[in-house]
Amino acid sequence: MSASATAAPAPPKVLRVPEHTVEIVSDSGEGAQKCGQIFGAVSAKMGNGVWTVELIPAEIQPPARVPEGASGNRIRIGERAVTNWGDRTNLVIAFNEQVLLARHRVDALADDCVILIEDKWVRHDDPDIVAQWDAAMKELSSKPYRIIPVAMEDQCLTITDTPRKGKNMFALGMLARIYGRDMERIKEQIAHTFRKKSEEVYKTNVALLELGFHWAEDNVPLRVEIPTHASDKPLVVMNGNEAIGMGAMASGMELCAMYPITPATSVTHYLSEVFEKFGGTIHQAEDEIAAVGAAIGASFAGKVAFTITSGPGMALKTEFLGLAVMTETPLVLVDVQRGGPSTGLPTKVEQSDLLAAMFGQTGDAPHIVMAPATIEECFHIMITARRLAETFRTLVMVMTDANLATGVTPYPKPALDEKWQAAPLDLAPVKDGQKPYDWDPQTGLSERIIPGRPGGMFTLTGLAHDDRSKVAYSADIHQRSSAMRSRKIAVLQSLLQPPKVYGEDSGDLLVVGWGSTKGAIEEAVDRARKEGLKVSALHLRFLSPLEPGLKAIFKKFKKVLAVEINYSDEPDDPYVTEENRRRGQMSILLRNATLVDVDCWGRVPGEPLRPMSILEAIRGRLPRGGAA
Amino acid sequence: MSYTCGLLPVLDTHEDHQYEMSEYEGARARWCPGCGDHSVLTAVQRLLAAEQLIPEQTMFVSGIGCSSRFPHYMKTYGFHGLHGRALPVATGIKLHRPELTVFVTMGDGDCTSIGAGHWLHAMRYNVDMTAMLLDNGIYGLTKNQTSPTTPQGFKSNTQPYGSYLPSLNPIEVALGITNASFVAQTAEWAPSHLYATLRAAYKHKGFSFVRVLQRCPVYTPSIFQKAVQDPDRIQMLVHDDGVVTPDLEKIYKAQLHHDPRDLAAARALAEQTDRIILGVFFKDPSKPRYEEMRRVAPRTPAERVSLLEKEFSRYAV
Repeated sequence: MSASATAAPAPPKVLRVPEHTVEIVSDSGEGAQKCGQIFGAVSAKMGNGVWTVELIPAEIQPPARVPEGASGNRIRIGERAVTNWGDRTNLVIAFNEQVLLARHRVDALADDCVILIEDKWVRHDDPDIVAQWDAAMKELSSKPYRIIPVAMEDQCLTITDTPRKGKNMFALGMLARIYGRDMERIKEQIAHTFRKKSEEVYKTNVALLELGFHWAEDNVPLRVEIPTHASDKPLVVMNGNEAIGMGAMASGMELCAMYPITPATSVTHYLSEVFEKFGGTIHQAEDEIAAVGAAIGASFAGKVAFTITSGPGMALKTEFLGLAVMTETPLVLVDVQRGGPSTGLPTKVEQSDLLAAMFGQTGDAPHIVMAPATIEECFHIMITARRLAETFRTLVMVMTDANLATGVTPYPKPALDEKWQAAPLDLAPVKDGQKPYDWDPQTGLSERIIPGRPGGMFTLTGLAHDDRSKVAYSADIHQRSSAMRSRKIAVLQSLLQPPKVYGEDSGDLLVVGWGSTKGAIEEAVDRARKEGLKVSALHLRFLSPLEPGLKAIFKKFKKVLAVEINYSDEPDDPYVTEENRRRGQMSILLRNATLVDVDCWGRVPGEPLRPMSILEAIRGRLPRGGAA
Repeated sequence: MSYTCGLLPVLDTHEDHQYEMSEYEGARARWCPGCGDHSVLTAVQRLLAAEQLIPEQTMFVSGIGCSSRFPHYMKTYGFHGLHGRALPVATGIKLHRPELTVFVTMGDGDCTSIGAGHWLHAMRYNVDMTAMLLDNGIYGLTKNQTSPTTPQGFKSNTQPYGSYLPSLNPIEVALGITNASFVAQTAEWAPSHLYATLRAAYKHKGFSFVRVLQRCPVYTPSIFQKAVQDPDRIQMLVHDDGVVTPDLEKIYKAQLHHDPRDLAAARALAEQTDRIILGVFFKDPSKPRYEEMRRVAPRTPAERVSLLEKEFSRYAV
């Protein structure tokens, strides 16, 4: 059933659509991610909105041809800015039928999805593989997919002896033809991607690219046109981890101490390449505890330092995080959240570290917790985080997640400002009588003293201490110093603006989110409003302190629903009652702060929320009589 | 002296001032009477005065335990952090501020038990600092629990029938770590040797590991009793490149000429159990130092912005 051209093809069908979603899936190591990344980057450069997500198995080289090993990229392209990964995929290139099944089984594919699949398996010598192929085709036939078999490896063999390594470029060529992508830009991108490899590698890849392009020209009867709009502002395109790394450099921080953990580490992959040029150091410590310890040591001795980790790493750092708060040593911690608890889902998105971040330290450890909602905000939040850590002399946690970490989207290039950076160290003698904790009795704020300043010598201690940093166990001192550390959080809240409601500022239902879900929630709310539902959205960047004015905003809606990528009981689950229901993590914070009966809806599928599932939740949770 | 972080060398105005030992004294030490920590504190204050270290450019970093109160009793900058975690903090300080002089004090539980992983790696990083293991073979602050260096058979609150395992030999461990550059052992009851050893450690460029044998007057008063009473049970390593204490030659007659560059001989000595050996086991100033390898050229805000502009152009759409 090879689909190589036998007769003159009919003119291809041309689809003109405002958006389309593409996936390339393969076994790990077959280059599907590279293909998807280049396709996404070129689409952005051509003036499309783009959101790219990596599909990553947990192992480096899982066994070949198993659904769990599916690796690749999903690229949503739109006429306008794309803020999330969308619902289901419209076109897939799959390198074998097992990885395709993986996507089918999680309902990732639209019913009318076009599937271009490597078909060498049907001609395989091993009868088991042929049988697997047949079984897969049978399973896939439950949906009216349009399957186009492609002899990718046979085609690639005409150019390279190692087709398994080259067919990602053949696939890219096919996509270039189907979506009318600019081949010159693709070649530039290939040159950039393989800049560390030989000219020969580049040439082979380009030859494979062109082969795929021409093959699709003759054999794929589909063209997809998505209008492009050149941006009037210069744009940059990157993933959230790169944006975090760049933001760290823009903030003038000079030391990042870390220990490898997925999905956080790629920030330091990026920084390791460039940070030294910027006068910065990445210290890969011997473990998570040492990493945060080194960052705190550096911060104490000078400029604010940062550490970056994911849930299990944050758990290990807990004792040191409490020390940073207790000693009022500024520190920025980035938690790129993954599925938990325990090792959980190392490569998959979740928002379930929030309460651990807020309350995971022993004792009372007030600190700042923020979450960027977009990849652009991943850049800017690092600058804010550094400043807040310094000004408020405390720990600032930046909660991002695997969706932002690996998602790629264009955003306006920031107008850089030198003032974002830390000031040079002031090593002048301390003022007469200046103490290590000269707490302002109103605000709890104080100026810190760093080593090197004559006359300021003191010993920092994690023990209860007075304003001279002297160990003190008396009740009144601990009460006072606790109040001073706590007060700073209230002071920060007093400086924040109330958040802006997306949509009407009153109605039947207000959907509240935090972190990476903003795009998907707002898209769902837009669709709900088109259906006539009175729904608005609110998105929080600050979780500690919470942004001000929430109660007043909530009161204008009949119902408030927190939507998060963390687990919560459904109200009608067996044994679950109003009193024992385990609720979404942010919803607990919101209920506590506002005394409003905030409902919650959460899912932990190991993938970003789809707008359509949020829309279904909105329909299901609308207060009675609220539907249009 | 080198400066990072855009520091200006405007602070070296101390040439005329002669620091007295008393100027390094912080809060009054609250260790038990007879605690070996007092000896170490005195030796360290004497060392700082002898070397005329500038108090505000000197740091003492510690973990948790009796010996970790040390920074409070100095009038320098101090960091009294978490149990077992002094070394990562000290490493971070030196990475960002290599011009600061850093001392670390740890107890035996701190260094060889809960913080053992950091100990191994700090020795391998070989960051320039003086790390003292104040080893009295017991957890004192938490009241008499067995530590890794508690002698086998010693009865404590956690192992009341006698500690089960042979005690850990920290010198043997230290000498086994790749890139170790200075390993020495001294004792609180030999003050001039203690002082000379700490001074040699301070002068060594790299991570200097000094184990100080101590008695806890409350829980382990007699662990070195035989050696204290009979100096012949102690062997002194002497070498011009190590430590020489002529005033002790009459007391400690067992003297061994040991070249601290000889790692194999040092390891053989460390394995000996019949005598307590004091002196510099190993020293190699040519070992690479992490903070030197990682030294970066400081950047001004304007330079950073222009570099960042270039970086963004790589990601331009």
